[in-house]
Amino acid sequence: MSADYDRLRERANFVRTETIRLIEIAKCGHYTSVFSAAEILSVLYYHVMNLSDDPDWPDRDRFLMSKGHMAVGVYPILADLGYFPKDWLDTYALLGSALGDHPDMRKIPGIDFSSGSLGHNLSNGVGMALGLRLRNSPARVFVIMGDGEQNEGQIWEGAQAASQFKVDNLVGIIDRNELCLDGATEEIMSIEPLADKWSAFGWNVHVIDGHSIHQLVDTFESLPQDSKSPQLILAKTVKGKGLDFMEGTRLWHVGLLAGKDAERAVAQLQ
Amino acid sequence: MELLDKESYHLGHLPAQATSAVAGRVLADIADTDDRIVVFTADLKYSNGTIEFEERHPNRFFNVGIAEQNMVSMAAGMAATGNITYVATFASFLGLLCCEQIRTDAAYTNLPVRLLGHHTGISFGYYGSSHHATEDIGIMRGIANLGVVCPCDAHSFEQALRQTVDVEGPIYFRLGRGRDPDVYTPDMPWEYGKLSVLREGKDGLVIANGIMVVAAMEAAERLSNEGLDLSVVDLHTIDPLDVDNLASQVASANKVFVAEEHSTRGGVATTVADTMVDQNIADVELIRIGFPADEYSEIAAPFYLYRHYGLDADGLVSRISSEYK
Repeated sequence: MSADYDRLRERANFVRTETIRLIEIAKCGHYTSVFSAAEILSVLYYHVMNLSDDPDWPDRDRFLMSKGHMAVGVYPILADLGYFPKDWLDTYALLGSALGDHPDMRKIPGIDFSSGSLGHNLSNGVGMALGLRLRNSPARVFVIMGDGEQNEGQIWEGAQAASQFKVDNLVGIIDRNELCLDGATEEIMSIEPLADKWSAFGWNVHVIDGHSIHQLVDTFESLPQDSKSPQLILAKTVKGKGLDFMEGTRLWHVGLLAGKDAERAVAQLQ
Repeated sequence: MELLDKESYHLGHLPAQATSAVAGRVLADIADTDDRIVVFTADLKYSNGTIEFEERHPNRFFNVGIAEQNMVSMAAGMAATGNITYVATFASFLGLLCCEQIRTDAAYTNLPVRLLGHHTGISFGYYGSSHHATEDIGIMRGIANLGVVCPCDAHSFEQALRQTVDVEGPIYFRLGRGRDPDVYTPDMPWEYGKLSVLREGKDGLVIANGIMVVAAMEAAERLSNEGLDLSVVDLHTIDPLDVDNLASQVASANKVFVAEEHSTRGGVATTVADTMVDQNIADVELIRIGFPADEYSEIAAPFYLYRHYGLDADGLVSRISSEYK
């Protein structure tokens, strides 16, 4: 299927503008962790993943956000795909809403696994990919991780298991935006050389520009099938990408753009 | 090498013992006609007997190495694709090391993950407190959606496995060392979620589960020879708790002894105490016989440790009879 690059670029910006709108309802949220992954989300949901109108279709591709705090950027996509009514978005983070800062698979159609505690979803994804294989499903499992999250020991337990069991229907993605909450990952707790580490754990590593729609499309489309190895996309990104005052700073990991500031941010994204 | 002394042994010699032989065989039997069954262990297939499952269903067996947290999370992910997953490892590692994976990945998600925690309590003896599980009931019963069951022998463990295949959410099975003597005969009823009255007496009630059931039965038998007539209840299922039957059993006794291989804080006695408070049961004395809540274990082989802490028939006889003097 040929990609509509302009549309994918537009959908990435849709993720960003909707994130600004939803966080203004909650009065606090994780803008920058969504913005670094907006192109990845757009390409996965609108081009790569095999989905249907039924969010419970057994053979759908799965998407797990191990960095669960990016969920506010995924909810607008799920509503756009028709998995739940769009007016659910207007209740984001309010009492009685299904939609919170971290995703709940039991409340939200289209969420394939709950998350929130970092380091879990890669292991969940390994089990899910093996479970799909046992059930003879052609579905693949995509797991996006944060780069700060690479500090978690369980990531590496999951990494070795995926390699041991030759889980080749699993694609890991690292949103390498270089910042964790307190500062630069390399200053707080270094994770480099990241590509070498994942290679050493038996994964096929693909290092790309995580904001390039072309590179994302090409890489996802050319992932080998039946390779007997899990695939790892190391996506180099910019935390807060799209808003000049947010890019590359730790200060906006959590915050609020209210009123005129939200309007100004949306205008900059146009 | 042929071993010359009859006391020598290696891992290949361990006999097929009571409960430790159950998991592999029963799950393999169920899996013969149910392709949803998947078993995980963490480098302990000989210890917990899951090797029989591996031999009979190798494609549905995953030995994840010494990585228990990953094992629980993998089992949860796999359960989200239409499978029913069983993970088996030492109880101490499940309740403590994997607590968050159990709560967030298996219970919050309400997935059919079965956690088989073996070598509970102080049954590891001189391996020491790192391998003891005296807090696990307290941890597990605090987790919403999670069933908690403590079978006392091979028959009740088999019943627990067979009766819960289609239970929607996760369940923790608290299992002994695997050499537990039989309490139930195959024709005796055992129902998940319902307590079992094993003996009826007018002078008091002993509530036990797990390995303490056999000790409680022996103690009650010996005390009956001294004229003390005790009831014995196997409170095997802690969650969902058989509240009505438990309340009526407790309310009809003057003294209630809870015998558990667990800390006296947070486990079976606390469960009974909660029920007494919630059901407004007054004028019944609750005596907690368990592992001391503010201590870590002495070192000794299991037999001597149980004796040291009064968690055997002798200890129960002595403690119970002292309450009637």
